[in-house]
Amino acid sequence: MSTSKAMQQSFALRFSSGAFLAFWCLLAAFPIFWIAIMSFKSPVDAFAASPWDVITGPATRANGDGLSVLDIVVGLAVLYFAIRWAFTRLPGLVQQYCPPGMIALGWIFGAVIYAVAFVLIFFGLLPLILGAVNGLLGPLGTPVLGLTTEHYVAVWAENEFYRNFLNSMLVTAGVVTVSLTVGTLAGYGLARSGSDLAFWLLILALVFRALPHSVLVAGYLPVFINSSEILRPIFGEGAPTLYGQPWAVIAVLVAINQPFTIWMLRSFFQNIPAELDEAARVDGCSHFQAFRRVIMPVMWPGVITTGLFSFLLGYNDFLVTSLLLDAQNQTMVPAIAGYFNRETTTTDQVEAVAAAVSITAPLFLLVMVFQRQIVSGLTAGAVKG
Amino acid sequence: MKFKTFAAFVGPSIFMMLLFIAAPLLSVFIQSFQETITIQEQIEVETCTPGFVTQTCTTEIKTVPVLDDNGKTITETRWVGLQSYQNVLQMDKFWEAVGNGSWNDIMQIDFWKALRFTLSFTLLTLPLVIGVGLLIALTVNNAARSIRGPVIFVSLLPFIITPVIGSLSIYWLFVGDGILTSMMERWTGTNISMFAQAWTIEVLMYFYRVWHVAPFAFVIFYAGLQTVNMDTLESAVIDGASRWERLRHVIIPHLMPLIVFIALIHLMDCYRVFEEIVGFRSQAHVISLQWLTYDFMTPDDAGNRAISRASASAMLTMIGIVFLLILPLRRTWRDHKGSAH
Repeated sequence: MSTSKAMQQSFALRFSSGAFLAFWCLLAAFPIFWIAIMSFKSPVDAFAASPWDVITGPATRANGDGLSVLDIVVGLAVLYFAIRWAFTRLPGLVQQYCPPGMIALGWIFGAVIYAVAFVLIFFGLLPLILGAVNGLLGPLGTPVLGLTTEHYVAVWAENEFYRNFLNSMLVTAGVVTVSLTVGTLAGYGLARSGSDLAFWLLILALVFRALPHSVLVAGYLPVFINSSEILRPIFGEGAPTLYGQPWAVIAVLVAINQPFTIWMLRSFFQNIPAELDEAARVDGCSHFQAFRRVIMPVMWPGVITTGLFSFLLGYNDFLVTSLLLDAQNQTMVPAIAGYFNRETTTTDQVEAVAAAVSITAPLFLLVMVFQRQIVSGLTAGAVKG
Repeated sequence: MKFKTFAAFVGPSIFMMLLFIAAPLLSVFIQSFQETITIQEQIEVETCTPGFVTQTCTTEIKTVPVLDDNGKTITETRWVGLQSYQNVLQMDKFWEAVGNGSWNDIMQIDFWKALRFTLSFTLLTLPLVIGVGLLIALTVNNAARSIRGPVIFVSLLPFIITPVIGSLSIYWLFVGDGILTSMMERWTGTNISMFAQAWTIEVLMYFYRVWHVAPFAFVIFYAGLQTVNMDTLESAVIDGASRWERLRHVIIPHLMPLIVFIALIHLMDCYRVFEEIVGFRSQAHVISLQWLTYDFMTPDDAGNRAISRASASAMLTMIGIVFLLILPLRRTWRDHKGSAH
């Protein structure tokens, strides 16, 4: 639509509006990208007082670790094509090789293969080839930008961060699966019922959502620690101790997440016209049949969005997992605290930075892939409700 | 929908919430009035050392735990009434400090120190989050359509990032001679230690919380701005309203339900402030109610956890949440009644 003359803005307003927006984008992204840069430098460079020293990494380069001009050019080219093909060729291949009806699994499978191939090429094959070529180039092969991956090796291999990663994946997958299963049924029931009871259940869920998680953990902790004695009448001598078990934490996080899940899914189900399942009911279906045949095919956008937020709750949690899991079975986020519990050296700090970037990288990809779902999730229940 | 069908759909979820939320709550409530102690006994221990002519023997009294047949310590749980609450609140110290008119003495008591920070944090960041979120939404709405997508993407990063790591990413910019600390030192010509006193840590925490949550407010306000009635705006222009007047009388009233919604979510989440304490490693200077409960539940050097005091602290924290929620819930109920007509 054309803007009426009176609505047009002065240059000063447009400029200041744009300037503020640029400032906000810089503010939003800078800390995250900066710690990513820090994680590839030696401790002296990572915590240097000068931003230029952090970026160029003189001490790192003096150790012989770094990128030559050739490395930078080839690396950027590989990154460019990897990103480009992820959005062009990968969809085509998934469509081509995947049987109809299994498109979701096909996408997961394709994405995993693509990611593994990228890691093997970019971090395995490329350094070998470029290392050899740099040796032949003499001055052109000299490092100009300090860069090292030693902190990632220390974190993932020496400190076995991959164990924490596996625990996080177990907990997160469990939380998402159970949350969505239970929450979808409840969200549908609450959306289709106009009774006061449904309203009060929603209010109860809202109150539960407000509870500090530490309140709940204070109730769980003694039960978890003494669970083998409590459960012995039921399970006999095989009664498990729940404390320190990642799978036991799933139940806690699902419950904590439940109020949010049913509120969000109820909002999504309210956007599905009631006429759809009423028509199925007229045709003789029970409520469950109507739900399965009519609602399930159209509910996936809402379920995916809600699943995203369930994932974030499980993935990002610190308080519950740090109290209910012991040092041997930690998830990724509480494991970072381990870097500060000993006498903290600068090396420990940079390794903590590398661990932090490792945790953040999947979230970065998550935002890239699911930006629209995240936005619709945030606005569900607010604008429409 | 019949009640039986409704119950079948909602039952699993309600069951989970009752088993994993309501039952622990009840358990915490009971625990806050009980204390579990290890039963101990005193025994005589005689220690002898070789001597030249005769042994030199010393007899001393030691206190040791009583063990059961399996070698486990025997514990006893007993009712202690409000003792745990008293241990957390320390009302005798509190009234003494009030009598002395000493704010610092009040702030030496962990619970009141935590309460002060939790309330300051919650109430100070609320207007900042709403203000910054609205400002971002207005500027994005004002921007060319082609750059809105990238701006939303960048804005979601602070919101999605793990809260502890978000705090750490800002912490690492300031700790020691971090780049931002160094920059400020060059500007002011003074030596700055951002983590040596409470108020500078708190400023960073406020900054972090606004950075983390403003994107949430922005996304919602931005969606709300798409539904503003353009005819109303143009009528306002014809009537000679300035841009500021249009914002105040047309746009903000339109967004008011969203402002209430964001305020509600923010109050609930901010009152549970915890990750900032961890990320900024501020426990020597600044603590929150949730962190206090967490600290009671963390084993001390002897491996003991103060479960009873943690439960009392948790109940006190929950009382605060109930107060915060009373007004929003009353409004929600009124809206529900209104929509029923």
